[in-house]
Amino acid sequence: MSDHPIIRVQHVVKSFGKVTAVNDVSFDVHPGEIFAFLGPNGAGKTTTIKMLTTLLHPTSGALELDGLDPTTHATEVRRRFGVVFQDPSLDSELTAWENMDIHGVLYHVPRQIRRERAETLLKMFELWDRHTDLVKTFSGGMKRRLEIARGLLHTPKVLFLDEPTLGLDPQSRNQMWTLVRNLNKAEGVTVFLTTHYMDEADRVADRIAVIDHGRIVATGSSAELKQQTGTDSLEAAFLQLTGTTIRDESATAADQMRQVSRVWRR
Amino acid sequence: MSVIYVLWLREVKKYLRSRVQIVASLGSPLMYLGVLGFGLGPVFQRAGEGKYLQFMAPGVIGMTVLFTAMFSGIAMLWDRQFGFLKETLVAPVPRLLIMIGRTLGGATVAVLQGALIFVVTLIAGFRPESLLAVPLAFLVIALIAVIFSALATAIGSSIKEMQGFQMVMNFLVMPLFFLSGAIYPLDGLPRVLAALTRIDPLTYGVDGVRGLLTGRTHFGVGLDVAVLLGVGVLFVIFGAWRFSKLEA
Repeated sequence: MSDHPIIRVQHVVKSFGKVTAVNDVSFDVHPGEIFAFLGPNGAGKTTTIKMLTTLLHPTSGALELDGLDPTTHATEVRRRFGVVFQDPSLDSELTAWENMDIHGVLYHVPRQIRRERAETLLKMFELWDRHTDLVKTFSGGMKRRLEIARGLLHTPKVLFLDEPTLGLDPQSRNQMWTLVRNLNKAEGVTVFLTTHYMDEADRVADRIAVIDHGRIVATGSSAELKQQTGTDSLEAAFLQLTGTTIRDESATAADQMRQVSRVWRR
Repeated sequence: MSVIYVLWLREVKKYLRSRVQIVASLGSPLMYLGVLGFGLGPVFQRAGEGKYLQFMAPGVIGMTVLFTAMFSGIAMLWDRQFGFLKETLVAPVPRLLIMIGRTLGGATVAVLQGALIFVVTLIAGFRPESLLAVPLAFLVIALIAVIFSALATAIGSSIKEMQGFQMVMNFLVMPLFFLSGAIYPLDGLPRVLAALTRIDPLTYGVDGVRGLLTGRTHFGVGLDVAVLLGVGVLFVIFGAWRFSKLEA
């Protein structure tokens, strides 16, 4: 591909004290492509997304999103992407419509366009008939769909999806990826996703990068990864590349709260 | 401006929708008003201090505002990991506007809750000296609300764990309340206690509200308001600074 990459990551390192979460990572994402970023727990996926979405600064190396550096041009970069985080970031005490509307105001989308686009997206994501209901009454799949719809409201160039299908049933996952694919085709939005479900990556991603222990261990299309590893499924290729050892993440404050929230939200 | 407005509106809408929470949060002020108000009333009267309810009603209003404002801090902790805060942190708007919107929203909710308790005290038998002073008293209440809402923002930005908030409740919020002269007069206190009451911003808040509503004041309403304004500016700056340092 000859066009300039929409995301460019060059020799990026991110350390937290003694721990190096991302260690000399480089890759490009091309405009309009669906790019899957795969890796075991604690491999550095979320840290990379946080750096690209201006929430963390790299220790060293260069980042670029649509030609701009997220560390120095945070506001301009933020206008250009939408993001769905691993943990929910909706306001469950507000309605779907209110969540969309606040997002529009935060991104300076003019009122008229805001309303039209919110309606279009809610219809597309099959949430329109519930748009005046409080988000806390939504199912997990509906909440995820709403988050994606919201992330697209300001017509971003890049959509980041950090494990968007975690905890969803196969039907919801299937529906979500169909919608994401359609949007990617219709609007040309670049999609940067992470997932633990290899079948999803296999199905939707144009290109895949596998990260392990903070380093990129392979990049290419699903077919290329399979060929490279001499395996017949992406799952086998992934295990071949990253090994079969189970990764225990150290429990952080956030993990503890995640536990508590699971109990509370029953 | 519209950013501050939507974030403010969000807090107010959520408050007005949470009927159960509104009723539940009336619990502790009602208990103080009922049990302390009527329980200590006779002693207070015998000591020649007049009607205790008349004395403590402004204190209970102050307490309500303090508690409600500080609770917006716990909401923020939660919001940070599982809620809306991250959505605002990646939005292309300055953090300062987000902080102001949230803080004003939290403060407005605290004032509304204070107004509700004010009505309750009226029902219980509290009588303001002049109705004209009521709006002025609410300006002081608003100052109290902004001060503690900003403080809550600072704390919510600085601690990560829920347990941390428990500490804050026990070692900050409760002392702020008990040292404020909300439930006892400030004259003739032992020196250490007197000194402690003087570094508690809520003391000046309660004294100002009491002065305006009942005419009884320890420092004078002018000094109260001056101190509150000073502390308010300081805490808002502190809150904004902590919020700007917050890592998602």
